[in-house]
Amino acid sequence: MNLSVQHLWVIPALPLLAAVIGALTPRRGRTLAAGAAIAAMVGAFVVSCLALHTALVDPAAKLVHNFAWFDLGSGVLRLGWLLDPLTAFMCVMVTFVGSLIFIFSLGYMKADANFKQFFCFLSLFAAAMLGLLVANSLLLLFICWELVGLASYLLIGFWFHKPSAAAAAKKAFITTRIGDLGLLLGLLWLYNSTGSLLFFDGGAGVLETAALGSLAGQITVGGLAVSTAIGLLIFCGAIGKSGQFPLHVWLPDAMEGPTPVSALIHAATMVAAGVFLIARVYPLMSADQALTEVPLHALTVVAFIGAITALMGACIAVAQNDIKRVLAFSTVSQLGYMMLALGVGSWVAAIFHLLTHAFFKALLFLGAGSVIHAAHHEQDIRRLGGLRGPMRVTFATFAIGMMALSGVPFLFSGVWSKEGILHAAHGWNISHLPLIAALIAVVLTAFYMTRLVAETFFGKARSHEADHAHENSAVMTVPLVILAVCAIALGFLGTPAFPWLQARLLGETEVHGHSLLEGGGLMMLSIVLVAVGLGGGWAIYGRKPRVAENSRDPLVTAAPGLMAALSARLGFDELYAATFGRLGNGLAALAHFLDQWVWGGAVGMLARFGEFIGIVNREADENGLNGGFDIVSERIRGSGRVYSRAQTGDAHGYLRWVAMGFVIIMLVVVLGGAR
Amino acid sequence: MSSWPLLSLIIFVPWVGALLLALFGRNLGARSRRALGFGFSCSTLALTILVLMSFDPAAVGYQFVEHHAWITALDVHYHLGLDGLGLLPVMLTGIVSPLCLLASSRIERGAHTFGALFLLLQGAALGVFLALDFFHWFLFWELSLVPAFFLIKLWGGPGAGRAAYQFVIYTLAGGAFLLLGFAALYVATGTLDFAELTRLAATGELSPKVAALGGIWPKAVFLGVFLGLAVKVPLFPFHTWLPSAYAEAPTGVSMFLTGVMSKMGVYGFLRILWPLFPEQLHAAAPCLLGLALGGVVLGAFAAMKQTDLKRMVAYSSINHLSYCLLALFAVASVTQPDAAVAASALSGTLLQMFNHGLSAAALFACVGILEARSGGRRGLVDFGGVRTVAPLFAAFCGVAMFSSLGLPGLNGFVGEFLIFVGVFGLAPWAAAVACLGLLATALFLLTFWQRVFHGPVGAGVASFRDLNRVEFLTLLPLVILMFVLGVLPQLVIALFNPLVTAWAANLP
Repeated sequence: MNLSVQHLWVIPALPLLAAVIGALTPRRGRTLAAGAAIAAMVGAFVVSCLALHTALVDPAAKLVHNFAWFDLGSGVLRLGWLLDPLTAFMCVMVTFVGSLIFIFSLGYMKADANFKQFFCFLSLFAAAMLGLLVANSLLLLFICWELVGLASYLLIGFWFHKPSAAAAAKKAFITTRIGDLGLLLGLLWLYNSTGSLLFFDGGAGVLETAALGSLAGQITVGGLAVSTAIGLLIFCGAIGKSGQFPLHVWLPDAMEGPTPVSALIHAATMVAAGVFLIARVYPLMSADQALTEVPLHALTVVAFIGAITALMGACIAVAQNDIKRVLAFSTVSQLGYMMLALGVGSWVAAIFHLLTHAFFKALLFLGAGSVIHAAHHEQDIRRLGGLRGPMRVTFATFAIGMMALSGVPFLFSGVWSKEGILHAAHGWNISHLPLIAALIAVVLTAFYMTRLVAETFFGKARSHEADHAHENSAVMTVPLVILAVCAIALGFLGTPAFPWLQARLLGETEVHGHSLLEGGGLMMLSIVLVAVGLGGGWAIYGRKPRVAENSRDPLVTAAPGLMAALSARLGFDELYAATFGRLGNGLAALAHFLDQWVWGGAVGMLARFGEFIGIVNREADENGLNGGFDIVSERIRGSGRVYSRAQTGDAHGYLRWVAMGFVIIMLVVVLGGAR
Repeated sequence: MSSWPLLSLIIFVPWVGALLLALFGRNLGARSRRALGFGFSCSTLALTILVLMSFDPAAVGYQFVEHHAWITALDVHYHLGLDGLGLLPVMLTGIVSPLCLLASSRIERGAHTFGALFLLLQGAALGVFLALDFFHWFLFWELSLVPAFFLIKLWGGPGAGRAAYQFVIYTLAGGAFLLLGFAALYVATGTLDFAELTRLAATGELSPKVAALGGIWPKAVFLGVFLGLAVKVPLFPFHTWLPSAYAEAPTGVSMFLTGVMSKMGVYGFLRILWPLFPEQLHAAAPCLLGLALGGVVLGAFAAMKQTDLKRMVAYSSINHLSYCLLALFAVASVTQPDAAVAASALSGTLLQMFNHGLSAAALFACVGILEARSGGRRGLVDFGGVRTVAPLFAAFCGVAMFSSLGLPGLNGFVGEFLIFVGVFGLAPWAAAVACLGLLATALFLLTFWQRVFHGPVGAGVASFRDLNRVEFLTLLPLVILMFVLGVLPQLVIALFNPLVTAWAANLP
């Protein structure tokens, strides 16, 4: 059974309907709201599978359906849906992971008073995210992109009575909006240069040959091709949304939201939207590749930003003590890998890693959620420990996720997708620095994940909460098991021997695998690096587990300065507060000052002048012309004089304006008449 | 139906209501007094719907025209007419005015006078949007100040007296310049009819006639008209009367000032200044673009610094209206601009006018609701945790706020997007700078939201009740429109698109 592209809107519409139902049900309608949300998500999953089936009939085809949104001058502004393997795979992933996380939330949020609202916001998020995926227009994508940001804002701040959550929500919205303004400018530029925002439109779309040729052919400021400039502006949006350096600061704070939110939005799906965006507009991003005389290619910037982020995120993750923050910085780092892959020219490697990462990172976050739920909201790994025994399912599945993320060969999906990225970075002929950064990050990833598992699950329980933890109900563990299975199985869709997924993404119907021995040197190296990371982590944290909550971390003993800096996230927040924060406040103070004193002051002076003339005039009138008449009444008025002077001064001024106006008109009429 | 003077009815039915309230209001019970005022205020919406049923958007010229000789000696005619440009603010007045009265229903002291003055104000504003002869257009323009003055001064906050004087005198001074400009124009052309003047300008006969005045007059005429309108919008830096006037006025009047009165200025720019003085506007455009940008950026940043919520929302109005003018000035700054780009900018201006009316009125209503609960406090730090105790109110206020900061899916986005498309195509640097305003708007509105609605329940907030029926009915129509127009902007765009297309095709 096939799904016609005209009906692709059903995929985002189902969760949107659930969101509306959730919004309109009263607070006690918990079952209805949650039921609608889960049913809609499962329904969307089924429809997404149909869409995937349709897309794979001819993977090279771009199935589009465009429609008018509103009239604009003599034309119309059009939006549209797009179905190709990229969209279809992403939709299937989002709806599948989303369904599991929705179900997990039933258990996790059971005791929350705003249970119903939670499912309403989750559905809103899913609708926006799916809309973003099926959009065939950069404008529609941008609209959904912003709505995803809104949902993220609402969910980070879900426990809004906590000031930290409220502040984190605002920070996330503002930081991503900075990137979004870049995206908006890129969109405007694109629209002005091509007259369209549709990706594919029978040859007239912005990602089709005609438009790309003209965009790459024009040169703008700094000798850049227009396509490069637009590409970089669009990339700003991706930097914000995907937590890339230097706008990564919001993502760790976003962990203030409930853990299912962190799993779905801030690990598996929304933060990957930036990667999806760049993959979607890849023809535009790479349109300048053929040019030789331009100073910069857009993708070079993407590669370096990705490499910096991958390394930086992994470094900071080593020094975090909050189970969710470790995973958050790990997400930052992994998104960096994906950007790196995009930058070095392999967008299919990026999407493959996006898909595998979505499953194992959702698994890890839900595992963390399971731990947090069991340990009565204790998130500090120094106060956990020894959970291996009481939480067997959580431990086993978390370990699978950890091995997938670390890139343990050969069973786990992470190794295959990361391999593709390293391979692509190796083949990049501009610089080898990104490859080196990525390889260092491989060691660090294995290291911090081993540390996380060792501290959380091994040793002895180091707090009352951890001591009393026990395994959660099936509604929470079953999603973990399913995700764990996927974290293993998914890798086999895209091994080098049989890269089925990559071939379909590229629009090929035949799969050309090659032997694992080709390029085996790099693979061997990365396996060795993973082993070093795992071994190092185990040697430091696993063999001699932490005894007490306040015992010193061996690394802190070894390098206190470095660890303090990493633990303080390298001081980006303080830096931004001291620079941009101050600049913003300074501008606000300046604007306020100008208003109070300069513009307002000038008007005030004018008014004072008018008042002065009024007083002079009145004094002259009263004393010179009819002074004697008024002396008596003047005395009667007595005490209220100061007040009345101010008031009548104004009123005089007002009358004077009218009088002046009339006089001038008379003059004009007379002069005009005399002419 | 067509034989009825619909436009005259739109203007004068509220005045009939004002008269009835002024004469008999004292003897009526509170309930029937309110119903009388509300009913007459709703007449605008009802009559506008009648008009809409036979309004033909495709006809670019004036419709429902009423044209009668009035003062023959001065060649003054009673001339009313409606096109897409006029229809939008009339619709807006129809929607917002009854809601202003609903938001004022707590007023007890002198309630019938309040109602009468408000209806007087409503009729005068409608007159401005419908009159096509300068003579009575200007009468309506100035008449609207009188009730506004008393409404602010008598029912406003502690600083209302000063704010009302400042508002009236500043606007009157602007009006004096406007009058002066038109007096000179009358001397030059012998007519005060907008349609006739527009025709003269389009055929190129106007500028030689004005030039024949000699001396500084050609420039002075433009400057006079410009100043009068700039103060009214207000254009930066003629805006200093606005924050105190909006902040000190009672809630319902603040809603009307921002929802309707601020549109009079923008309307004047589009109806008068731009068609009559294209060359002068073109010459001044680079400078004016700078002023509009000043309003966009400094208005938003000044709002960040405000601790009084009403002043904050007032500054956000300066920012939002500056977008309208930014787009218009961008169009004027380029000779023979691309028709599609110009159409975007102008559509954006009209849409932004309408959308700002809805969202700013809703925000003022929300601050008013906070004031009503807290005994008049409205400081940024006076609240906290309101969302915990009043979730429905929080949701409505949140929608209004996100509409105001231009979130896609709500009405504010489409207008701002079209403005940015147009401005980027005509003056890319201006669009880039204006982005700063978007960022600052998000910053201060989210700060507003965070401080008032989030965090632990503040002192005195715990006893807040959620929206009552009247407050719910005040906000509901606005919130519904925000959603509907965010998804289906075509509903409004269809009314003015042919007009904008014609404008864009005939740009100098």
